Amino acid sequence: MKQELVALTGNDAVAYAFKQAKPHVASAFPITPQTEMMHKFAEFIANGEVDTEMILVESEHSAMSAAVGSCAAGARTITATSSAGFALMWEVLYIAASLRLPISMAVVNRALSGNINIHNDHSDAMGGRDAGWIQLYSENAQEAYDYGLMAFRIGEHPDVRLPVMVNYDGFIISHTADALYMLPDAAAYDFIGPYKPAYSLLDVENPITIGPLDLTDYYFEHKVSEMEAHNKAFEIVRAIHEEFGHLTGRTYDFFEAYRLDDAEIVLVILGSTAGTAKDVIDEYRERGVKVGMLKVRLFRPFPAAEIASALSGMKVVGVMDKSVSFGGWGGPVFTEIRSALYQSLNGMPPVHNWIYGLGGRDTDMNQIAEVIEALREIAQGKPMDPVNLLGVRL
Amino acid sequence: MSLKTAHEIAEAGIITEAGNAEEYKTGDWRTFVPQFVEENCIHCMFCWIWCPDSAIEIDTSGEKPLVTGIVLDHCKGCGICAHECPPAKKGKSALVMVREEK
Repeated sequence: MKQELVALTGNDAVAYAFKQAKPHVASAFPITPQTEMMHKFAEFIANGEVDTEMILVESEHSAMSAAVGSCAAGARTITATSSAGFALMWEVLYIAASLRLPISMAVVNRALSGNINIHNDHSDAMGGRDAGWIQLYSENAQEAYDYGLMAFRIGEHPDVRLPVMVNYDGFIISHTADALYMLPDAAAYDFIGPYKPAYSLLDVENPITIGPLDLTDYYFEHKVSEMEAHNKAFEIVRAIHEEFGHLTGRTYDFFEAYRLDDAEIVLVILGSTAGTAKDVIDEYRERGVKVGMLKVRLFRPFPAAEIASALSGMKVVGVMDKSVSFGGWGGPVFTEIRSALYQSLNGMPPVHNWIYGLGGRDTDMNQIAEVIEALREIAQGKPMDPVNLLGVRL
Repeated sequence: MSLKTAHEIAEAGIITEAGNAEEYKTGDWRTFVPQFVEENCIHCMFCWIWCPDSAIEIDTSGEKPLVTGIVLDHCKGCGICAHECPPAKKGKSALVMVREEK
């Protein structure tokens, strides 16, 4: 497939992807650094490039509520948010997933207040990791664009029917111009296809009730079907990754294994920091140090078996978390990875955690090197606390 | 009514049949129960209109509907029927709330 090489910010790239999906409804409330994504999308509507009903609401709680109503009416629906806006959506995130409404949402990751901070970390999305949404994390504008397209296919698949978050780092990805390949509109829509809703509130021939009182007798059973939808999502995500790979030549998997085959020391990273880490890993490789990286793309559902299999036999694993679970033992990615590895008793490497980059603290190559140096010492038997902080004045 | 398993129920708990609230029995929520005093009833249908559930039993076979009693499977004992009963305002209520002995 011939694709155009363009320079776009992450926000514009995702706006293009959403435009190519021809959503019926967009509902959104502005918040930095997401705002420019919906600005761009509104521009497409104003220019007649996409025929989407834009609902401007008074808060993110309303944005997600409007998205739920719209999607339940049978409309392909998009929204977007960041940080505090994400937090305000929180109650309705669960409702969207419980009602099995495949809303596609761009989450432009930003720190949570307080104190107020507009820069990137993953605190917002990690606060919604248990809400029942599929979570995809992007390293750059290309991945944000690609997942902006794939989100519709994954979420709307009849065996899945779950809402999907496309996560990309605020400012670092959202506001930085980056080179990426874009599919032509027709090819992108051919890939996504029209939305075939499972039910519609506007179908007066088949009236239904959604979201009724669900108490001790059936609530648990309904949660089971939601859990099973997440389990089924693995094979669907894999199949859509493959199909997208054939179409674009860009291969995707639940995670990217970067120089992992013969690695002894492994970093586990989500999002844009993975790009920085690749350069550091390349430098270490030139010096003969066997470092690799597992970059998690699909965090919900969490591909525990595949990750455990990729990491077992490694000498040491360093998990980097760009969010903190206050009072918890390490960050959310760390606890997940460690828990996954506990199953693989043949060769469970020591797993250490670094909390980094909170509130957008710059994470440069020196910091990544610091983690690699620490992991090398751990591999040689030096005792070290499992949970550590990186790039902060102590 | 036997309960269905997780795999026998509609996705997302959607209710696809209309008017099936009748199958949901709420009669065991009650503390007070209305007693129907037939000789005081003027069959105005206020209780039937006001009842938040479907607990007022009526007979519609004749020219005008008649109140015939209370459906205890659905009555939650809220007392709205007794409060709204017009004869009650003249001291001759057709619906009297009494504490239910279980």
